[in-house]
Amino acid sequence: MTLTLNQRAAVLSVVLLLAGLLVWEVSIAAGGAGSAELTEYEKLTGGGAPKAGVPPPSQVIAKAWAELSDPFYDAGPNDKGIGIQIGYSIYRVLSGYLLAALVAIPLGFLIGMSPVAWRALNPFIQVLRPISPLAWMPLALFIIQDSEASAIFVIFICSIWPMLINTAFGVAGVRADWVNVARTHELGTLRTAFTVILPAAAPTIVTGMRISIGIAWLVIVAAEMLVGGTGIGYYVWNEWNNLDLTSVIFSILMIGVVGMALDAAFGVLQRAVAYAE
Amino acid sequence: MPIKSLGDPFAAKTDLRHGAACGCEGCRSDAAETVAADSEAMLERAIESAVVRSMFGHSDVSRRSFMGMVGGSTVAAALASVFPMDKAKAAILDTLGAPEKTDLTIGFVPITCATPIIMAQPMGFYEKYGLNAQVIKTAGWAVARDKSLNGEYDASHMLTPMPLAMTLGAGSVAEPYIMPAVENINGQAIVLSNEHLDKRDPAQWKGFTFGVPFEFSMHNFLLRYYVAEHGLDPDVDIQIRVVPPPEMVANLRAGNLDGYLSPDPFNQRAVWENIGFIHILTKEIWEGHPCCAFAAPLSFATELPNTYGALLKSIVDATQYASDPANRKEISAAIAPTNYLNQPVPVIEQVLTGRFADGLGNVQDVPDRIDFDPFPWHSMGVWILSQMKRWGYIEGDVDYRGVAEQVYLAADCRKIMEDLGYEAPAETYRSHTIMGKTFDPAAPEAYVESFAIRKA
Repeated sequence: MTLTLNQRAAVLSVVLLLAGLLVWEVSIAAGGAGSAELTEYEKLTGGGAPKAGVPPPSQVIAKAWAELSDPFYDAGPNDKGIGIQIGYSIYRVLSGYLLAALVAIPLGFLIGMSPVAWRALNPFIQVLRPISPLAWMPLALFIIQDSEASAIFVIFICSIWPMLINTAFGVAGVRADWVNVARTHELGTLRTAFTVILPAAAPTIVTGMRISIGIAWLVIVAAEMLVGGTGIGYYVWNEWNNLDLTSVIFSILMIGVVGMALDAAFGVLQRAVAYAE
Repeated sequence: MPIKSLGDPFAAKTDLRHGAACGCEGCRSDAAETVAADSEAMLERAIESAVVRSMFGHSDVSRRSFMGMVGGSTVAAALASVFPMDKAKAAILDTLGAPEKTDLTIGFVPITCATPIIMAQPMGFYEKYGLNAQVIKTAGWAVARDKSLNGEYDASHMLTPMPLAMTLGAGSVAEPYIMPAVENINGQAIVLSNEHLDKRDPAQWKGFTFGVPFEFSMHNFLLRYYVAEHGLDPDVDIQIRVVPPPEMVANLRAGNLDGYLSPDPFNQRAVWENIGFIHILTKEIWEGHPCCAFAAPLSFATELPNTYGALLKSIVDATQYASDPANRKEISAAIAPTNYLNQPVPVIEQVLTGRFADGLGNVQDVPDRIDFDPFPWHSMGVWILSQMKRWGYIEGDVDYRGVAEQVYLAADCRKIMEDLGYEAPAETYRSHTIMGKTFDPAAPEAYVESFAIRKA
């Protein structure tokens, strides 16, 4: 029986994962003190209690099991299940992201189709693009006067640039032949844009969208750590507050999984709009 | 039931100048309704009106402004404590000052200084005064300030210097803030990393990096004061960084900080994690110093006077409850869960009960390591302003007393303390002794000048 390339890769992945977890578990388990009778001082310094240290994977898995078995509990404004926290984060990411898409794609089209607009707007884009999204946070909090809207604004401002630039690039890069063919068929500008340029530029646009959603997900965690309240970033901060590394590692994994899922969704979209020449 | 002659004497809006003989438009049109009113209630009202009028003489304006300022229910309760009013009466009195808004949002930073604000929720102090308040955990002081400024929080846990600074516009936009109650006194410590076990003398701290939770904090001012008294210039000889409380322990472990003056539980947490030791409790620097406070924008008190009164009442009540050592274990268990401080119970317990491991191998017993006392002494405000002046946070002529009296609402706090049956100080100024040096609140400028190490 021979395995396909994919199957062999999957087996190798699992083996690597298990080996990694084993090394991790063994290296942590080494430090375990015997539980003799504790003096009062030892008790007060947490002699028997677990210390904030790197936890073994078994603990992380136990934590994950506990959290994921009841992901939507709500025990007050500062203590919600992981599912609710991630829900808040995704809601913020998507709100900011959709707003950005509404602005970036039409604007990118305009810039891509008009060399004058490209040159005129390029300096602004180049200055604004490299600004770290979180640098906007204090300003946003001050001007918008609402932490929820500020977080969404930060997502907006960080997701807009890759979409804008990729759309403009994709539109500008549509083969001149195709546009000329459209012109000989006497298609109007709008019709050309939708029937010729959009399909031709779609793969580049979706690539920009895919980059954007990745950045947006990176940023929301940091933004929520700063503002607090709800969301996966708040969850990490709150557990850090308690120096509970088990929960921190668990939430890092959750962030990774959600990020992967978002990226995969755009991967599907990308394949859908791709075309072979 | 707008009966002018028997209008609610505890409401700021009503006018008591109209009497039964008054023939004015308002009184005549209301006459018909008078009959319909429950006679018993009217009798009660009449008694109240008489009592209140006798208290304020003929100055209805001063009565109205007073009710507006303190809240009718407060005064009603005050009267109830003086006049023998029966229980049926008390029930009516309760409905008099119904809060205009019951759903409140109160911000807190997860430290033990916020104990009264936090415990008031799980232990039902807000409910007791008819409020449905949610306490919201906040990531740091700058965010607490911004969320408070932009109205997301109705009131907030703050550091005692913050409302002063915000009112002056130091480090933020100027917005009048009020601080009607202090939360805790004492309750902080200087913690050093275990690497510095042999450096107990501050003279050896040259080049150290310290963390404080916020610029406008007692932590910053006490640390500066402490090292300056030991001959170090805090702006030159050591580095002071602003680090949010929860990040202190991690930074200490990473060697990023040599020590910090931070709120608990993070001092005790450093000992619990075997990273640092408690060098000195701040109560040894200034016994009874203020630390954190309950603050709100001035607009909250003026626009929602009854809500403000009820909220202040719950806070003062909770603060007094927390000051009883017998209640501290129960409180520790109430505020330790994830929804509040999110800390191990034994750590909180050591902070609140004052029986703690100091990280040097001793178990210490200091019952007032942290204590709770709501009274906002004006003299404390003046001291804080004197230190802000000393270290260059504010410049020029400072109206020490004016600002302190505008922000620290000692009169409101005293009123509520007395209503609740607690003893409140008659004075609002007193001298304080800090590291053996006496501070006279009457001469703040001379006090600032008296320090050899200062910026201004």
